[in-house]
Amino acid sequence: MKAPPAGPLIGLRGITKRFPGVVANDHVDLDIHAGEVHVLLGENGAGKSTLIGMLAGLVQPDEGEIRVEGEPVRISSPKRALRLGIGAVFQHGMLAPTLTVAENLSLGTAWWKPWAAGAVERGFDALCAGFGVRIAPGAVVGDLSLGERQQVEIFRALLRGSRVLVLDEATSMLTPQGVAELGGLMRELARRSMAVVLITHKLGEALEFGDRITVLRHGRKVAELGPDRLRDEDSETLREQVIHAMFDGTGGGGGPIARGGVRGRAVLAVDGLVVEGGSAVSFEVDAGEVLGIAGIDGNGQKQLAETLAGQRRALGGDVLLDGQPITGLDVGARRRLGLRYVTDDRLGEGTVAGFPVSLNLLLKEIGGAPFWKWGIEQPDPIRRHARDLIEAFDVRAPGPDTPVGKLSGGNIQKVLLARELSGGARAVIHSKPTHGLDVRNTASTRRRIREAAGAGVATVLISTDLDEILELADRVAVMSDGRIVGIVANDGDARSRIARLMAGDSA
Amino acid sequence: MRAVAGGVALAVVPVLAALVLSGAVLWLLGTDPLEYYAYVARRGLLTPSGLQATVTRMAPLLLVAAGLILAFRTGLWNLGSDGQFMLGATAAAVVAPPLAEVLPGWAALGAGALAAMVAAALWSLLPALLKARHGINEIVTTLMMSFLGLSLANALVKLVFLDPGTTVPQTRTLAVADRLPALPGTIVSGGVLIGLAAIVAVHLAMTRTSFGLKLRVVGASPRAAIHAGLPVPLLTVAVFALSAGLIGLAGAVEVMGVLGNVRADWNPAYGLSVIPLVFLARLNGFAAIVYVLLFSALQIGAESAARRLGVPAYFTLVLVANLLIVLAVVEYVAQRRRPAWT
Repeated sequence: MKAPPAGPLIGLRGITKRFPGVVANDHVDLDIHAGEVHVLLGENGAGKSTLIGMLAGLVQPDEGEIRVEGEPVRISSPKRALRLGIGAVFQHGMLAPTLTVAENLSLGTAWWKPWAAGAVERGFDALCAGFGVRIAPGAVVGDLSLGERQQVEIFRALLRGSRVLVLDEATSMLTPQGVAELGGLMRELARRSMAVVLITHKLGEALEFGDRITVLRHGRKVAELGPDRLRDEDSETLREQVIHAMFDGTGGGGGPIARGGVRGRAVLAVDGLVVEGGSAVSFEVDAGEVLGIAGIDGNGQKQLAETLAGQRRALGGDVLLDGQPITGLDVGARRRLGLRYVTDDRLGEGTVAGFPVSLNLLLKEIGGAPFWKWGIEQPDPIRRHARDLIEAFDVRAPGPDTPVGKLSGGNIQKVLLARELSGGARAVIHSKPTHGLDVRNTASTRRRIREAAGAGVATVLISTDLDEILELADRVAVMSDGRIVGIVANDGDARSRIARLMAGDSA
Repeated sequence: MRAVAGGVALAVVPVLAALVLSGAVLWLLGTDPLEYYAYVARRGLLTPSGLQATVTRMAPLLLVAAGLILAFRTGLWNLGSDGQFMLGATAAAVVAPPLAEVLPGWAALGAGALAAMVAAALWSLLPALLKARHGINEIVTTLMMSFLGLSLANALVKLVFLDPGTTVPQTRTLAVADRLPALPGTIVSGGVLIGLAAIVAVHLAMTRTSFGLKLRVVGASPRAAIHAGLPVPLLTVAVFALSAGLIGLAGAVEVMGVLGNVRADWNPAYGLSVIPLVFLARLNGFAAIVYVLLFSALQIGAESAARRLGVPAYFTLVLVANLLIVLAVVEYVAQRRRPAWT
């Protein structure tokens, strides 16, 4: 690192931002220094995204001041942010998948300038070489891995002259290998006197990559750990301090909850079910049992879940619920019989973002009594139903009429759980139930799953997180290439047997 | 309360700005804009005959608006309204006059209306099935079917159903006595009541019923609709049929209430005129009634002004175009001032 600059590159002073029903940021002070990786750490809904939205020119603060090199500025638009040298890479990529890397890099240049493909490609190649990354500028973005796309976005920000690079939940979509590569890239950027801001809710990454860690909670800055402390104190102490700041001593997960209830006969039986792109799958789940389905993402788990739920047609085989064949039934009929599906795509298909919480809670029962009479909406029962579920499932929402898209990821998951677990659930399929959630919401979601199983619900838990499956499941099926390669009991050496199955040994 | 005031401002300000802009165009053309607007307002709204003509004109426009709001709120861009309108008008003109000679008046009118709705709905079936079964973009297919529909209607009038009793190519004429009855004490065709009933019914259905909610789910998020188990293909076809049916009924009301027949090459292009209006009304049925009234008055007034002041009747389209431009600018500004993202 070069000589540390006198003052921070960017200073935020008393930044406050309010949205209907919540204070997203409450008088936050933040200094971003050149040559540092600054981690913004906090659970979902802590106000990280809003804060960087203000840096990126997408949101305007209600109060407070942003200074760049000591000068107060107003970042009124993303364009203005770029001109100030602030580049942002968002969680969901902002590249056109059908264009090549070089074409994407040229987007946004002035329309009257001739397109110098060669110059763009040479500049990009040089940059790649400098960072030891190999991406062909002529490659179509859609063919690149998520990690590579992210690197392209980072280089794009550099080519546009960014001095500050904001990475929003940059690691959440990456493989462990990709996360390590990103870590190296961030180190190198900091060595070149760039300021890197990494937003994450993962404590491990914060401690691993951060030169400076700022912890946000309920929109307030609750702790800042400078480079000195991060260097000098041992990681256990730091970890404890940060967890304490993030969760105020409540810690992450509660201990395992003993599951009572009666284990009984098979509630959900799948017999030779053939799913698009897979081969015949068979298993049974008893009342009160949790069957984990482990496997690397994209091995047919989603297709299986959608077929069981009735969203996708089975190509063959049978599904029985309480001994009754339901293969020919649609989503609504299966739901009425007690088969539920909690999707992992919470905003994409699980809910309609612009609709109020109350209607999202009834999304799968539109037209049903007592919420509709002769097809006419009955606002009072609908709102009462929503209030009851909001309370029972501890959904943090201003009210039943709040659009579900305004809630944090954890609260949207609670809405989904409320909808699927309430009202006569017999068998529930969970697809990656804690994907993208913070520690606290992860713990509460797992507790709900366990409680439902304790009450006799047959549960299918599809997850790519082996720890999650080992924590919750009674038996574990391993899925690979569209078929179930083995089912093992979750006992002492389950982990190694599952790993062997994943690696290709048959049971 | 403030939200309501803001909404009204958001709807009224563009109208005023468009009037000013269009006034500048008139002024450049050498016409006194104030004189023109005063004349249009007088002939479209302030004289008894003008007002009655305006309200009569509202009938087909309201029905088209109802059909478009239904489709647009479901996220289906039915841009084939002109073809559907003309096929509906032609079907009514073919069915109603001969039936009126043998059946009681109401039965002939009912049969004409039904024929119009069925003809238009059938014309929407192909785009609907392509969308429902294969996900083919309905904007392109409905537009293409619209041109084909216009040509087919024209061909039917010229080749098959022309009235042998006249030399002009046109269908048989429905006797004045057999047409939709006028509102008591006026010459306003009763069709306006059908139009008002249709648009209010569509509005209430979309906002207050489970059917409407299902359609709004499809419109807001087709994937959520599939997840929730809604029969999306079936709903798509049903909405196309209902939307086209209402637009076809608009054609029937115009023929059976006002014109009595369809002449070859007649095409009032109401469908395309109404699209900007329903967007101005933010797909709200009640707001659409206001805009349709305004537009009818402008059209009726402009038709008189064309004869009197020498400003072509097409000037109404200039006004609507300006309104759209202003609307886009206002929308852009409102979007910029709103937090883009939370």
